[in-house]
Amino acid sequence: MGMASPLVGYLLVAALVFAIGLAGALTRRNAILVLIGIELMLNAANLNLIAFWRYGPHPETLTGMMFAIFSIAVAAAEAAVGLGLVISIYRHAKTTDLEQMNRMKG
Amino acid sequence: MGFAFYIVSALTIGGALAAVLLKNLVHCALALTLAFLGLALLFLQLDAQFAGFAQILVYIGAVAILVVFAILLTRGSELPKEGVFSKTWPAGLAIAAAVFAVLGWAVLRVAPWLPQEMATPSVTVHQIGVELMGRYVLPLEIVAVLLTAALLGAVIVAMHEKEGAR
Repeated sequence: MGMASPLVGYLLVAALVFAIGLAGALTRRNAILVLIGIELMLNAANLNLIAFWRYGPHPETLTGMMFAIFSIAVAAAEAAVGLGLVISIYRHAKTTDLEQMNRMKG
Repeated sequence: MGFAFYIVSALTIGGALAAVLLKNLVHCALALTLAFLGLALLFLQLDAQFAGFAQILVYIGAVAILVVFAILLTRGSELPKEGVFSKTWPAGLAIAAAVFAVLGWAVLRVAPWLPQEMATPSVTVHQIGVELMGRYVLPLEIVAVLLTAALLGAVIVAMHEKEGAR
């Protein structure tokens, strides 16, 4: 297929990191590992945004990169609240194992 | 697509794989830092210097440290007796593999129509600042409110419960 676009490599890496994050979030027992998987998925999405910004038709408008920067800021807030929740649940239930967290009532 | 791309991609994917596969959670957090570093290097390769350094500062400087704190505060470094993977892990793995297959198929299918190498966009931090204060001022303010709310929320959620309050 001749000279492939450089975008293909970045998109495949992003897809692979997203799938690894998804696998981690779906298969691990520990709540912190699930959050790690979610962070990997968010990062893969950011890589897509920046790759499309770089090889898109109008990189000078900065749209894709701004989207990625805002996404990084929102992901930081998400990580802080998520880990705060894990610590709070641990204090209450003495575990971070998701398979033992099967009660809504404390 | 140079040699550097393959090295950085291998670093990123290796770090990500180690982060979800290793048994000891502290090792997972270190591998996660490696994956974040690889992604920051990929951003730098894509000429997004500001996003790359923001990635290093926010993810390696803050999120990875938060993860390590959470692991140590919850004694996550002790290995559980029942194993680290949930009972339904084959289903999770199958879903992730299916998602990757669909994404990879879509990317490879449109590969011939994707744009070729183009001129490096020159973006200065000055430009980014002007855009943040101009076109993107509303999202910037919303992110500021969100970060304040998230900070307060995280502190309140993680604060010690008073003994009598239960």
